[in-house]
Amino acid sequence: MAATTHHHNPDVNYINEFKGIGSWLTSLDHKRIGLMYMISVLTFFLFGGIAALGIRLELFSPGQTVMTADQYNQFMTYHGAIMVFMVIVPGIPAILGNFFLPIHVGAKDVAFPRLNLLSWYVFMVGALMGIATLFMHKVDTGWTFYTPYSIKTSGAATMMVVAAFIMGMSSILTGLNFIATVHKLRCPGMTMYRMPLFVWAIYSTAILQLLATPVLGITLLLLAAERILGVGIFDPALGGDPVLFQHFFWFYSHPAVYIMILPAMGVVSELIAAFSRKTIFGYTAIAYSSLGIAAVSFFVWGHHMYVSGQSETAGIVFSFLTMLVGVPTAIKMFNWLATLYRGSISFQSPMLFALGFLFLFMIGGVTGIMLATLAVDVHFHDTYFVVAHFHYVMVGGTLMALMGGFYYWFPKMFGKMYNEGLARVTFVFIFIGFNVTFFPQFILGAMGMPRRYFDYIPAYESLNKISTVGSWLIGIGFLISLYVIIDGLLRGKKAPANPWGAKTLEWQVPSPPPHTNFHHDPVVTAGPYEYR
Amino acid sequence: MMWMNVARAQSLMPTRGTEVASQVSNLYSFLLIVSFIASAILIGGMIFFAWKYKRKTDNDKTPYISHSTALEFLWSFIPLVIFLGVFVWGWYVYHQMRDMPKDALEIHVVGKQWAWETQYKSGVKASNLVVAPIDTDVKLIMSSNDVIHSFYVPSFRIKQDVVPGRYTALWFKANKLGEFHIFCTEYCGTQHSGMIGTMKIVSREDYDRWLEEESKVGLLPLAERGAKVFQVKACASCHSVSDAVVKVGPSLWQRFGHEEETSSGEKVMFDENYIRESVLNPNAKIVKGFPSNVMPSFQGQLSEVEMAALIEYLKGLK
Ligand code: HEC
Ligand SMILES: [Cu+2]
Ligand SMILES: [Cu+2]
Repeated sequence: MAATTHHHNPDVNYINEFKGIGSWLTSLDHKRIGLMYMISVLTFFLFGGIAALGIRLELFSPGQTVMTADQYNQFMTYHGAIMVFMVIVPGIPAILGNFFLPIHVGAKDVAFPRLNLLSWYVFMVGALMGIATLFMHKVDTGWTFYTPYSIKTSGAATMMVVAAFIMGMSSILTGLNFIATVHKLRCPGMTMYRMPLFVWAIYSTAILQLLATPVLGITLLLLAAERILGVGIFDPALGGDPVLFQHFFWFYSHPAVYIMILPAMGVVSELIAAFSRKTIFGYTAIAYSSLGIAAVSFFVWGHHMYVSGQSETAGIVFSFLTMLVGVPTAIKMFNWLATLYRGSISFQSPMLFALGFLFLFMIGGVTGIMLATLAVDVHFHDTYFVVAHFHYVMVGGTLMALMGGFYYWFPKMFGKMYNEGLARVTFVFIFIGFNVTFFPQFILGAMGMPRRYFDYIPAYESLNKISTVGSWLIGIGFLISLYVIIDGLLRGKKAPANPWGAKTLEWQVPSPPPHTNFHHDPVVTAGPYEYR
Repeated sequence: MMWMNVARAQSLMPTRGTEVASQVSNLYSFLLIVSFIASAILIGGMIFFAWKYKRKTDNDKTPYISHSTALEFLWSFIPLVIFLGVFVWGWYVYHQMRDMPKDALEIHVVGKQWAWETQYKSGVKASNLVVAPIDTDVKLIMSSNDVIHSFYVPSFRIKQDVVPGRYTALWFKANKLGEFHIFCTEYCGTQHSGMIGTMKIVSREDYDRWLEEESKVGLLPLAERGAKVFQVKACASCHSVSDAVVKVGPSLWQRFGHEEETSSGEKVMFDENYIRESVLNPNAKIVKGFPSNVMPSFQGQLSEVEMAALIEYLKGLK
């Protein structure tokens, strides 16, 4: 599949073929839509990040320091809601998935380009509605909207809930589009088993998005109906059941954890293969473990509810099933490790993030098993141990992969190289800052400090101080990354088609790719990691 | 043995105040050790490979190893066995937490924004305080007045959500004397982190004495009795009484006999009737600068004597 040839102008690509802001806002090109997602998600990330720094600043010392208890509760709500619904859920699938999934399977675009653009608009409507509540009576329910608090509290909770509902619609549309693309638009020779593992991961995620998100939608609508119309579904004062809400909520939100992490695992598979210049070890195992995780993840929601009052038997069943999800996850870890064996490993910044991912995800994983263990979870539930655990998975996992993925594909997306030295510096800040911030939180949790606490007893002070200092290091890391991106865009050297020597299809086309991705329809004759 | 404790991270855990707490700690230690070994293999392996197989030239050849069924079986099977073992162990300890003893001492606990109220069989009430005898099965029967709270005693390693509209239960058998923290671990609004209570474990004799003393509250002078009511009804979680500090509501220190400005700009005298109205119908007049609908109404929860006692108490705050 020779890409560049004489009768195509090599200077024309998807960025400069059409001009003007209108050509972006009406573009059906999956690559442009991916970039539009990138700009919006990064903006929301800034909001969520500022909220995080605010939380940590207040917790630097016990007692009221920089904000009131009510303001703190709003900060933690917006931090959670923005980071989950507007950053991590859409993050990798909508940005990198949109951009690379079609190219990875040798397609010109996704199956339904118009739907793809629509899902960006739907996402923006939802996201802006969510942000708009900042200018109304701010929401203080936490991102989990637990009833009956979320029914009783003042604040624009209804609007926030409807916003999350709308963003869910967008997620469903994106998932649908990816599933159709994978099944219908693979180029000649691209069998399912020749797809890069990134595609398998996004595909498994898409199934989850399609099947789980509607449940969240219905739940949130019921909640809105209860707030507006006073129907008694969740409020015991009206004959409802508040714990039912938790079941509904986690029926979505546990699979959502995998909506957030599976794509990251996909990115890491690509990075490890590319920077070890070695075929991935256990391709089928990794591909199927993604599907396996997706399937089992529907049946483990009750592990968030061991102390909610659900029956002992329910707790036991959910604990057992949760242990089962651990197995495919362990398989992936070992496969990545085995891929490194006898590789030719280079430590460019994307690979540093991938190795960082393995390190942090390992800690996130073992602490996950601790939390799945019934008796131990009773102690840790709703303490900082849980906060630390899911940040190790969501941030240590997903965000590290997203950063690694950004740096890896940056040359392809923009046709420019970035400053490699500075990119490594960002890794050092983010990685060290992350551990300084979140490792002490495991200890705080073991000591018994509950989460969502505006104030705490003096015994927790020193570890909270360390954690806050860590958050500043992370902040610096991201500021430098912002500089690396802008600097790369403005002053970066022109990127070759394949700066890393990787084998997947996107590296066989020019950087940046042309509007239709391939100048000649590709025909595939081998797997995605043929380093021989 | 110091190093053993550090290695098992026990020195960082709260004291173990029950047998169940020790069991949880043992299981946690086991998990820590296994996790440490697993991390050493994976992270250690990663670092070792990264160092050993660092890229030497740009044309390095790498072997084409697609998979190994034996290895893959091993690293699926061994984790599975460990996970299942841990699951069973966790279940075993969890069952003890959930298996309510038959003839336990029962104490009722009500969670409300933002305090814990306890009520004993004899009619004795306390707020943010559970007093219980050592070496005795104690069962807490819990419910909530408003939103979901969660009753958590780190030193006992027990926790249970407290849900409006139903009862949940928790039991423990303390084997250490002393005072332990009670935290609320389900987010419940403004003062969530202030919903801290004390679990006081005393000897059987002290326990009986305490009950006895508390039940004599009816014989105390009116103002002292008012102070009790103020504690038990958790007024103190929203109002300070010894200085002018504003908590959720205005300070009640040195207010009696002074004028108060309401949100409508009207001036009212802080007297007996005003206190009565503020407590039974808080929204009738809102103090300037404070939100309405925050202070709960105590309609039907106070007897006339208790009301008089409260007023007497507030009068005396100088
Ligand atoms: C959940 C917090 C909360 C609790 C519990 C609470 N209050 Fe209040 N209280 C408030 C707030 C807020 C105000 C100010 C708004 C208003 O006037 O209703 C207030 C106002 C008052 C006032 C008027 C104060 C003034 O300066 O004019 C009195 C008197 C009072 N409360 C007494 C009590 C007593 C007695 C109790 C216990 C039986 C109690 N409160 C429990 C929140 C609370
Ligand atoms: Cu979960
Ligand atoms: Cu609470």
